[in-house]
Amino acid sequence: MTKVLVHIELESGGIAPVSYQLLGAARQLAGQDGTVDALLISERPQDQVSQLGAADRVFCLSGDSAASYLPEVHLKALLAAREKSQPDIVLIAYSSAGLDLAAASAATADLSLAAYCQGVERDGDELQVTSQLYAGRLLAKSRVALPAVLSVIPGAFEEAPGRIEGNPEIVDLTAGLDLSQPRMRLLEVIEPEGGDVDIAEAERLVCVGRGIGDPDSIAEAEELATLLGAELAGSRPVIDAGWLPKSRQVGKSGKRVAPKLYVCLGVSGAPEHLEGMSKAAFIVAVNKDPAAPIFETAHLGSTCDLFDLMPSLVEGLKQRGC
Amino acid sequence: MHIVVILRLVPDLSDELDLAEDGKSIDREWVGIALSEFDEQALEEAVLLKEAILPKDGGGAKVTAIARAGEGVERMLQGALARGADSAILLEGDEEEYLDSRATAPIFAEALRSLQPDLVLTGVQTIEDIFGQLAPYLGRLLDWPQVSAVSGVELGERSCILRQEYSGGRQARIEVDLPAVVGLQTASQPPRYVSASKLKEAMKSGEISRLPAAAEPMHNRAEIESLAPPDRTAGARMLGDEPEGAAAAILDALDERDLISR
Ligand SMILES: Cc1cc2nc3c(=O)[nH]c(=O)nc-3n(C[C@H](O)[C@H](O)[C@H](O)COP(=O)(O)OP(=O)(O)OC[C@H]3O[C@@H](n4cnc5c(N)ncnc54)[C@H](O)[C@@H]3O)c2cc1C
Ligand SMILES: Nc1ncnc2c1ncn2[C@@H]1O[C@H](COP(=O)(O)O)[C@@H](O)[C@H]1O
Repeated sequence: MTKVLVHIELESGGIAPVSYQLLGAARQLAGQDGTVDALLISERPQDQVSQLGAADRVFCLSGDSAASYLPEVHLKALLAAREKSQPDIVLIAYSSAGLDLAAASAATADLSLAAYCQGVERDGDELQVTSQLYAGRLLAKSRVALPAVLSVIPGAFEEAPGRIEGNPEIVDLTAGLDLSQPRMRLLEVIEPEGGDVDIAEAERLVCVGRGIGDPDSIAEAEELATLLGAELAGSRPVIDAGWLPKSRQVGKSGKRVAPKLYVCLGVSGAPEHLEGMSKAAFIVAVNKDPAAPIFETAHLGSTCDLFDLMPSLVEGLKQRGC
Repeated sequence: MHIVVILRLVPDLSDELDLAEDGKSIDREWVGIALSEFDEQALEEAVLLKEAILPKDGGGAKVTAIARAGEGVERMLQGALARGADSAILLEGDEEEYLDSRATAPIFAEALRSLQPDLVLTGVQTIEDIFGQLAPYLGRLLDWPQVSAVSGVELGERSCILRQEYSGGRQARIEVDLPAVVGLQTASQPPRYVSASKLKEAMKSGEISRLPAAAEPMHNRAEIESLAPPDRTAGARMLGDEPEGAAAAILDALDERDLISR
């Protein structure tokens, strides 16, 4: 009988989509006779528990210390839930929280661990796990002994099977957890700045990646975007370099977008970028490296140098009367 | 104030990644290597912190860069000295053996116990740590508080303030007692450019000290069985690499889908 424990994340006050994906995967791993436990750390868990119907039991930590994510609090609660639940498998999202918690919990409880997981199957006493490595260039298949922690890539599993209403049993961890003498304190939560446009609402996006090379070339991409009636967006390195404002970042630590058209220029297609745009309806990728992972997700691809292709696109659009 | 930054070389992704004969690993013999980009950010943040402290209270701060010995590592450490690290340490052990972040964690933890830093910075991840990232492992092994996905550090006397980033661009500022371990994503400023002459100077004068790698790798009950490029059959329809033809094909495809507004 397989027991699975899922770490639930909150996003703008509700259950994060990735947590439903994890619950769905957990149900599948647990099979007919297994059980699924969830850990919910929330100021008001009673508002959310009914959405965790895919779980049999929900371990809850509530109150002030649960109001916002804090690595130390989540790790203590996760270790306490693991003690009680004794799971074979702990599922944690590959997110900022997951980066803190997966390895830390594995090290504390002597669990094996596989990260960047996009697929998993039970194989006797072990798991067969498929992980994305080398920024998505290679897939690793590994054999992982139980008990184990898996850190799972958002978007790897369907949301629907885990999004079930219900009345799971509640186990309150709050009283039994010693959170005195904290070594970290939350000072403030900073909401993202609005920016001049909301790229998540745009129907068409042109996204520039590190391949754009320098800030001056962004103007060229901007001309293309304007002719296409698109907004300009960037991958993380472009934002980090200060070439575009943070509000235009697509990906794990930026915005999730699903436009009708997504043209990416000089973007390699790292898992953290794909997480933000793989649901776009039509994706055109320009990257001079034929092995770039973006071509697995794109619908149309070209290995042209983007500096050769951009002028031809601009010219072509003008000829077509744009 | 003593800041230790842990640096790692990883395969350079602008190179082709060839598989080794065992089909479970990449061929490290020929692939280019580069400082992991997140470690480069960690180094920059460490040097920025040092520079911010120096003028204020004379006592100042020092930055030690540390890495496991291996091909190209000495050169990389010299680069770190040129970028502003005060000293560099090479951990000597079995240089031939590739160890993942989980396996190396006890080795770095042991070195950190003897160095007794106030703050440890390293990259939030490398492109190859399939069995977990270094920073959270170190946090547990040392029992020091740890925060990942950090994009900015401020240092106080007994604590630091870390800016942690979440999905959607939300952030939090968290005050953390020292000593602490930080998995850094982005430095407060882009990594500085180091001139060739400065690099040359560091190669001549930069002292790299050596420490034995005094710990056993962390054991793991997980193992890679195979490594392969993903299936491309469902991927993009590839256009040629002749710009005008490719551009025309792209615009035709957009026209068909009504994605061009005139
Ligand atoms: C916790 C975490 C969160 C992250 N969040 C995000 C996020 O929100 N968004 C995000 O994008 N990344 C994010 N990342 C970073 C991510 O891992 C990658 O580093 C990043 O997506 C790479 O950006 P890129 O594709 O622009 O650059 P690279 O990977 O460097 O790719 C540049 C590409 O441009 C191509 N190129 C270069 N020159 C040309 C040319 N002249 N013509 C055509 N092609 C060219 C190259 O072949 C290469 O493939 C995150 C990472 C972590 C660890
Ligand atoms: N509407 C826009 N479309 C594309 N890029 C923009 C836009 N507005 C600002 N930028 C870019 O964002 C960066 C900072 O913009 P700002 O601070 O608004 O001037 C600059 O590099 C601009 O080129």
